[in-house]
Amino acid sequence: VNELLQILALALAAMVPITLASLGEVLAERAGIVNIGLEGIMLTSAFLALWTAEVCTTVPLLAAWAPWCGLLGGVIAGAVLGLMHGIIAIRLQGDQIISGIGLNLFGLGFVAFGIVAVWKTAGFHQVPPAGKVPPFTTPWGTLSPLVPVTIVLTGVLWYVLHRTVLGLRWQAVGENPYAADVAGIAVDRLRYLATVTGAALAGLAGAYLSIDWLSTITKELPAGRGFIALANVVFSGLNPWLALLGGFLFGFFDTLALWVDAHPMLKPRLPFAVHNFIKMLPYVATLLVVTIAMGQARFPRSIGQPYRRQ
Amino acid sequence: MTSVCRLLKPFLEGITAAALGLGLGVVLLGLSGFDPLAAYVALYQGAFGDRYGLTSTLAEATPLILTGLTFAIGMRCGLFNIGAQGQVLLGAIAAVAASLLPLPPALHLFAALVFGMLAGALWSLPAAMLKVMRGVHEVISTIMLNWIAWYLSLYCVATALVDPGRAEKTLAVAAGARLLPFLPGTDLTPALLLSVAFAVLSYWVLWYTALGYEIRAVGHNPEAARYGGMQPMRTLFCAFGLGGLAAGLAGVTQVIGRPPTYALYGDLSNVANLGFDGIAVALVGYNHPLGAILAAVLMGALAAGARTMQIYAGVPLEMIRLVQGVIILTLAVPELLRLFTRLRPRQWLPGLRQGRAGE
Repeated sequence: VNELLQILALALAAMVPITLASLGEVLAERAGIVNIGLEGIMLTSAFLALWTAEVCTTVPLLAAWAPWCGLLGGVIAGAVLGLMHGIIAIRLQGDQIISGIGLNLFGLGFVAFGIVAVWKTAGFHQVPPAGKVPPFTTPWGTLSPLVPVTIVLTGVLWYVLHRTVLGLRWQAVGENPYAADVAGIAVDRLRYLATVTGAALAGLAGAYLSIDWLSTITKELPAGRGFIALANVVFSGLNPWLALLGGFLFGFFDTLALWVDAHPMLKPRLPFAVHNFIKMLPYVATLLVVTIAMGQARFPRSIGQPYRRQ
Repeated sequence: MTSVCRLLKPFLEGITAAALGLGLGVVLLGLSGFDPLAAYVALYQGAFGDRYGLTSTLAEATPLILTGLTFAIGMRCGLFNIGAQGQVLLGAIAAVAASLLPLPPALHLFAALVFGMLAGALWSLPAAMLKVMRGVHEVISTIMLNWIAWYLSLYCVATALVDPGRAEKTLAVAAGARLLPFLPGTDLTPALLLSVAFAVLSYWVLWYTALGYEIRAVGHNPEAARYGGMQPMRTLFCAFGLGGLAAGLAGVTQVIGRPPTYALYGDLSNVANLGFDGIAVALVGYNHPLGAILAAVLMGALAAGARTMQIYAGVPLEMIRLVQGVIILTLAVPELLRLFTRLRPRQWLPGLRQGRAGE
């Protein structure tokens, strides 16, 4: 039972980044903007969050708040990249998929370059203890504060999307921007808001990866989690609660790989090369889940299309 | 727009994007305390400075032409096929494995080529099937397949194919399958001819065959293509498969055509990232097979120069990927050049605008 609880706690930890990024993408896609640059945004924010946190530890006034400054740094980094994507997709009516691919490549280069430029080490850098988000204690073990935050954000997003004027307008903009425009809704402004907020959530997910969960930064820190989040969005059919459930499922597979790899009993019995198959698990699971979930999913009608007023 | 202008436009846009990318590179290099001038001089030296630089540029371009084709052919059919990375890996693995089969030595080269290309095509099929049968977006499925191929290849490299003497690499391909360099001491081999030939062949297929016509028709408008009596599903399969063949061949060239090792490294570093660089190649080359050749030389120059830059100016190699990212972001904007011509009269010369308003 103890081990089960342990896996559950690990799965909750692994759920956070995938769910947060998925929530952001649900929001953006509801408004009609696809952002496949989640991976690059998470990676860039992870790096900038760690850097912010580390710089803050050296500032006397901010030292105690360093991890929170780090999270904020990650959110801002995500928002800025989201704004870039928004300008390309909305103002310049560019191709959203290509822009997303560009964001991903940009992140790969920016972070690999940044790690060397800032810390003069190639490959990775550990988070100093003062910059780490402090976990809180529960009767069953410690948990990151971002776990409840993620669950609350899920509820908030659901409420905003389904029970507020803003949310309904967002959906109108995603379904039929022409009709929405005629009804007096500021299409572009709402799309910007959704894209930037969504990317900011992905930024929070990235910050969580580096200064909380994994406590390190590497060249490929999200390791495909941005794309797993995209798959999770498909699975959720743009429903925040299902995104949370999917995030937990994907987190579980993610954890299983980490858990087996670190298990004191299993590890010595498995030949080293077999670990590659365990690491494959989350990706195989993602493919399977998407295959099954697809077909039921329904997306906004104007998703991915630029809106040009006539 | 005259036809000369139309022909020049891709070049101008490509150059604008590259200039923006390299320009942002200067800013970041300066901000992080490197000497941008020294870095770019080293970059140029490494790419075009001497005979060695020039041959490594072309050697780096060899697989990029092919992975560029994978994405370009997909785009012509309306697909965002970013699965080249996984297909390259399996192509390389299959080529190494095939060249070790007990065959007459004359057949080794042939076997490596055929098995490598087939492995690439085979790995593109799941994405095609998921797209056609379940409507799974190819970006998601190909990325997942890339990661699965990555760990599968790591497994193969560490077990069946490992060089017993040197655990950090696989067995080298059989002597009969190796392509020898044009000039001793450089790493440019006839593999370049193979990928150029494949690019020309793709051009011919896309514009001079019925299949190519169907691929482009489906890319423009699948519904209209269906109405015109085509089968978009079958065409999608062909586009994925053709791209897979190209990516598989890219993997093959990395093992049969790259002296001195003629093998895969244990960490797969000599085939990593080829797929993603191919996306940049395709976009800069305007998703045209012949454009991909030119764009691959540009990206190959960046890759070859980046190594020199790392050694002589201490700038991390990955800076180049950042430049590529900016290039792609820039190229995502339609009518890039018009932005410049449009901004000028409206914002800086308001008089012009007033003049036109009276029309």
